[in-house]
Amino acid sequence: MSDAPRLVVGPFNRVEGDLEVQLEIAAGQVASARVNAPLFRGFERMLEGRDPRDALTLTPRICGICSISQSTAAAQALAAVAGAGPTPQGAAMAALIHAVENVSDHLFHFTLFFMPDFTRPCYSGRPWYLHAVERFAAMTGAAGRGAVEARARLMHILGLMAGKWPHTLAIQPGGVTRTPGPRDKLRIETGLRQFRRYLEAELFGGRLEDFVALATPEALAGWGRGDVGLFLEIAADTGLADLGRGTGRYLSFGAYSLAGAHGFAPGLWRAGARAPVDPGAIVEDLSHAWMLGPGAHPYEGITEPDQTMRAEAYSWCKAPRLGGETVEVGALARQVVDGHPLARSLAGGGVLARVAARLLEIARTQILMERWAAEIRPEAAFMAAVELPKDGRGAGLAEAARGALGHWIRIEGGRIAAYQIIAPTTWNFSPRDAAGQPGPLEAALVGAPVGPGDESPVSVQHIVRSFDPCMVCTVH
Amino acid sequence: MNILWLQASGCGGCTMSALCAEDPDFLDTLAGAGLAFLWHPALSLASGAEVLALLKSIECGETALDILAIEGAVARGPRGTGRFQMLSGTGRAMLDWVQALAPMAAHVVAVGSCAAYGGVTSAGGNPSDAVGLACEGAHPGGVLSASFRARAGLPVINIAGCPTHPGWVTETLMLLAAGRLGAEDLDPLGRPLFYAQHLVHHGCPKNEYYEYKASAVVLSDLGCMMEHLGCVGTQAVGDCNIRPWNGEGSCTRGGYPCIACTAPEFEEPRHPFTETPKVAGIPVGLPADMPKAWFMALASLSKAATPERIAKNATASRIEVLPTIRKPKDRR
Repeated sequence: MSDAPRLVVGPFNRVEGDLEVQLEIAAGQVASARVNAPLFRGFERMLEGRDPRDALTLTPRICGICSISQSTAAAQALAAVAGAGPTPQGAAMAALIHAVENVSDHLFHFTLFFMPDFTRPCYSGRPWYLHAVERFAAMTGAAGRGAVEARARLMHILGLMAGKWPHTLAIQPGGVTRTPGPRDKLRIETGLRQFRRYLEAELFGGRLEDFVALATPEALAGWGRGDVGLFLEIAADTGLADLGRGTGRYLSFGAYSLAGAHGFAPGLWRAGARAPVDPGAIVEDLSHAWMLGPGAHPYEGITEPDQTMRAEAYSWCKAPRLGGETVEVGALARQVVDGHPLARSLAGGGVLARVAARLLEIARTQILMERWAAEIRPEAAFMAAVELPKDGRGAGLAEAARGALGHWIRIEGGRIAAYQIIAPTTWNFSPRDAAGQPGPLEAALVGAPVGPGDESPVSVQHIVRSFDPCMVCTVH
Repeated sequence: MNILWLQASGCGGCTMSALCAEDPDFLDTLAGAGLAFLWHPALSLASGAEVLALLKSIECGETALDILAIEGAVARGPRGTGRFQMLSGTGRAMLDWVQALAPMAAHVVAVGSCAAYGGVTSAGGNPSDAVGLACEGAHPGGVLSASFRARAGLPVINIAGCPTHPGWVTETLMLLAAGRLGAEDLDPLGRPLFYAQHLVHHGCPKNEYYEYKASAVVLSDLGCMMEHLGCVGTQAVGDCNIRPWNGEGSCTRGGYPCIACTAPEFEEPRHPFTETPKVAGIPVGLPADMPKAWFMALASLSKAATPERIAKNATASRIEVLPTIRKPKDRR
């Protein structure tokens, strides 16, 4: 690194897990950034030699916030090995269970992780400051308290259908372990109605359908209601649209795999157009990770930590690349790829685009959940028999709240021979690759303003949290 | 009392579960009992330099610490350095911080099975050489010695569970705040008795199937999961079926087996989690408090006496045979 003034930002909280950001500062802004995931656990290695079904118990425990996403990817990977899958109603119930986790994560991110930064004293002169403190002060703000309560109630759907949250075994390759009856369907619908009331009264301050109908940044800026309106006022005042802009390359594996379709479509958004994803073009580069071995596709990849923690590397996070390029993943990626007009109009954007896409996705997911709940047929089969072969391989490609999540498994002699995972934040917070190409967050941080003597620049806090990182998934 | 909560080598799920507390919610429950966070990684505003200053102030005794809550196991690797988890921005390993801060705390609480015993973070070959605060699996002694006592005199309190039930966490902290948790209120593995004196089996809705050994064969069957599907609810401590999770849930209510996540070394059952190991067709892990011969005699008797309703429903995904309705006795 150069002689430019350096800053090490950490402990970096209100993200899930451990994160450290090293910044080089020049002319009052970030000149370059290095993102370090300072924790290694080695889940991929723990799985080797075990019965393949054990992945359903162990991989959810990679992450206490994306637990069901990990279940989903593991179940789909095993189903792919078997060449079989869930019944249509089993798939729909698994999607509903997964969606409850995803909207809960988005809600917590907005109210508990992202917005409290606007209550920092550095903003005390802004016209919206007192309102922000009232709504979003850490641990005492009314919006945060309301979100904690609303999420706990929404999760009764998980108590009912998934036993508990986090860390359920309810999602299996063949469907779900509990068959709902007519009463369960009504409880689910009632819980969703209650959650909609909360969303419309507090978060959005208006009908979800009206928010989903917004199609342009101008229409969005004019929303003016609820906590979403407060965020948009702050975003306009603090220039969040241009802060931490992305490359405009987005990947989605497709969320909520249903019989023949997805809730949100898969695809790669590149140069302003959508193309199919080629998972075969993924390579995990290890040049700047404390990992040994060559860069490889996850079917060939290994996870061998470099115990010497060599000096030219700086993170336990590998650097996945698609066709040699970085891609951004998450709600913005999903909504751009799926083709929502507002998201498309925000493509390539920064903090505002990422947060607005997450809010848009809360509204759209609630509507999806209500539809799936209405379509529950208690007389249907919710589980199919899935026999795992002694040998084979398969991939489970799903979408966690934070973006594309992939599990790649190889089974030999009835045991797990290899298991590789690429989590959403592995994409977003990856270190540099052999070509020196920085990861998406590292690139987005360049240009962020840093005041003289500022040890924890608030611009950096906003940009980092706009990605909603999940570091524990990253460093599985 | 104040609480410093640190997330060591784990998934963060015990915090996420704690935030499912209801009536009142997690924050209200703690505040009402006079508990406040000095810092919590998921909830506090303070970041970076502000946090570092707080940690140093506790370490040097300037800020008195009442409760140190650690979530997650502590990585000792590579090669004993602890550098598999550096507390970001501090240049020091979490191992080092835990060992420095624990003696400063009036109470040390291990939140979750990882912090208590190593848990899932130490599964398989334990790639990060992770261990619990005061236990390595079931063996005394972790990153703190087996003889460690916090300033107020208690050993590390192990709120084991993967994840922990929100009530286990809030009630342990509230009992500490009220001065009503003593060494006699912990079981031999350091778990608070208020939940560790129960078995997951207590209140399990599959109890009638268990009584007749009417067993589920595949996940989604209604029957008892002990014989074929790896359920160890008759041996695992926890009040999961007495006060359910997330409204009305529990593992067995959700249709999947209890894997004894409150126990040390549950992560290595030495058989697939969802398959019961058997010798000559007989499950290996029988209820712990019962002579094996008695259990076998009772089991064969009850199997032979199983009513058709229970036998049929055990292998169905929804009730197929209804309970018999007896006519009321003639009142005259």
